[in-house]
Amino acid sequence: MEESTEYIIASSGHRLFNWKELWQFRELFYFFTWRDVKIKYKQTVLGFLWAVLQPLLMMTIFTLFFGRALNIPSQSIPYPVYVFSGLIIWNIFSTGLTSASNSMVNNATIIKKIYFPRLIIPVSSILVALFDFLMAFFLFGIILIFYKQPVSWMALFLWPLALLISVVATLGLGCWLAALNVKYRDFRYVIPFLVQVLFFITPVIYPISLLKYPLLQYILACSPMYAAVELFRLPITGVPPNFVFLSVSLLSGFLLLLIGILYFKRTEDFFADFA
Amino acid sequence: MKPILEIQGVGKKYRIHHQHGGYVSLRERMANVLKFEKNQTEDFWALKDVSFEVQPGESIGIIGRNGAGKSTLLKILSKITPPTTGRIVSRGRIASLLEVGTGFHPELTGRENIFFNGSLLGMKRKEIETKFDEIVDFSGVEKFLDTPLKHYSSGMQLRLAFAVAAFLEPEILIIDEVLAVGDAEFQKKCMKKMGDVTVQGSTLIFVSHNLPSLKSICHTGILLREGKLVLSGSIDEVINEYTSYHIEEGTIASVIHYFQPHIQLENILINGSDKNTITVEGNILSISFEITFLKRIAFELDVHLKKEELPVASYANFVQNKVTTFEAGKYLLNYAIDLPPLRSGKYKLDLYFTEPFVSWFAVTENIIDVEIVNTMHHAFLTSSSLKWGSTLLDGEVKIGRIS
Repeated sequence: MEESTEYIIASSGHRLFNWKELWQFRELFYFFTWRDVKIKYKQTVLGFLWAVLQPLLMMTIFTLFFGRALNIPSQSIPYPVYVFSGLIIWNIFSTGLTSASNSMVNNATIIKKIYFPRLIIPVSSILVALFDFLMAFFLFGIILIFYKQPVSWMALFLWPLALLISVVATLGLGCWLAALNVKYRDFRYVIPFLVQVLFFITPVIYPISLLKYPLLQYILACSPMYAAVELFRLPITGVPPNFVFLSVSLLSGFLLLLIGILYFKRTEDFFADFA
Repeated sequence: MKPILEIQGVGKKYRIHHQHGGYVSLRERMANVLKFEKNQTEDFWALKDVSFEVQPGESIGIIGRNGAGKSTLLKILSKITPPTTGRIVSRGRIASLLEVGTGFHPELTGRENIFFNGSLLGMKRKEIETKFDEIVDFSGVEKFLDTPLKHYSSGMQLRLAFAVAAFLEPEILIIDEVLAVGDAEFQKKCMKKMGDVTVQGSTLIFVSHNLPSLKSICHTGILLREGKLVLSGSIDEVINEYTSYHIEEGTIASVIHYFQPHIQLENILINGSDKNTITVEGNILSISFEITFLKRIAFELDVHLKKEELPVASYANFVQNKVTTFEAGKYLLNYAIDLPPLRSGKYKLDLYFTEPFVSWFAVTENIIDVEIVNTMHHAFLTSSSLKWGSTLLDGEVKIGRIS
């Protein structure tokens, strides 16, 4: 490295975001993601196919129970399409959040021995979830063709936007939980439960309009993934989501991002002492 | 020229929580808040007010007993943990090797691990690609490059790990004890490589218990004792001070330094005493200890007796090709070692609990003092005379009168 600049190691005075440093370590994002993707499907016969099979199997189960047996309305599109479109974007959040939350603890041996911006670790776990999304997205295309489901041109910007929102939501909560998990291992047990609860209050398997009480609808809109799921589905269903709910959800997502990153940065110096 | 590293009054305080678990549970935390009780903590300064400077191209050794603060200092220098007080001004790119093979993953192949580990150590992908063949060459595992690491022997894993690290080209290289493992030939290779590092103009900070290797690599040294800097000067001076310092009496079991968690030692007795200062009369050294193996391993005890840094006598099983493999469990081992006729005086006894040719599990070096009392020799030899060797040779004279 050419710039032999002076730098100082001291007890505090970390800038909130050292962009320059993150940029210097940019390759580590790639390597952590690459490693996790490789490890995830090592010694499996089906390999990457699992990224596709998991949502497909879930879709089948939900279609049988909720679509057929309970006859849940699906905003005028076939129920399997409804569920799958919700599931693939939801899975970014659920797998991303779970692995990000455990990422610091799982990589404790590395954290204790080598310095690099700690943020790389949870971010990379989320990138792994995005990789799974891409795999599942191909299957999504096939399903759309199979059900001859028309898609509005709005998908061109709404889908990337939904993706961005889900990454923001995952990153915020993921970083927060990752940092908390380092100090209080209790969170390891809270996370699966939290993901389960959020799954039921996010309109993945049923539309929010199914709920009769407006207050309940507001509470559900607090889920940061509400906006992502609704916007992702909009080009297929053509049903515009409630603007107020959308704002509530977006706000909750950005608030979580702020809290999560701030808490993470505030505690990251001491991860090596606690991990 | 400005120093490349300025360590200014660095201190590190740890808070010891008096509780059973290793980490705080939320329940305890909340319970304490509710009870308006202050957490039972005690402050512990692992490092206190340490200041020194490192010049570019210097190779400096850090010496100190276990718990003297060496590792804490290295962690601070490596930015892994921040200092509580003081600051460090650094004028170069630091790479630290606090462990070889950090981030090695058993499921990844050798090739994949080289890339991941290299990148963790701060190498760019391009850099790794251009040095790839050299790294593989140095490690000598080319045949297994595409085999998952879990099928490697521990020796092979180590070679691969060190090979990656050896090709780092930082301005400041920090190394902690990494050479404590591996077979002799490979260690030699590593030492040579490390010597090259300083020839290339890099600055080296080296922590080791291995005094001869410190001597061969470093020119200057600092001595830490209980978190404080005691001496900084030439490596010979520092080693001298370190070895001549007589530590207070303690039990042998408490001064063992563990490198790996596969064994646990208890009740270490030398000639019936559990103290680290013992007197040996006669020519039998008996060492006994209770050892718990947490997994199946080949194990042996190597014993070295030293006089002023020079090895005088050694005991090991592998020299007679007798190495025992133990199943997991707890054992009582009793060694009876015949000593050569030694001159009376002060010696150091070093114990190495090892897996032969592979690694050290635990070590105690320069900590056990042995006073040898040999009543058989002339009182003249009790005084220290450098001309006289430590081992007294036995022999016979046949006398034939000629005239």
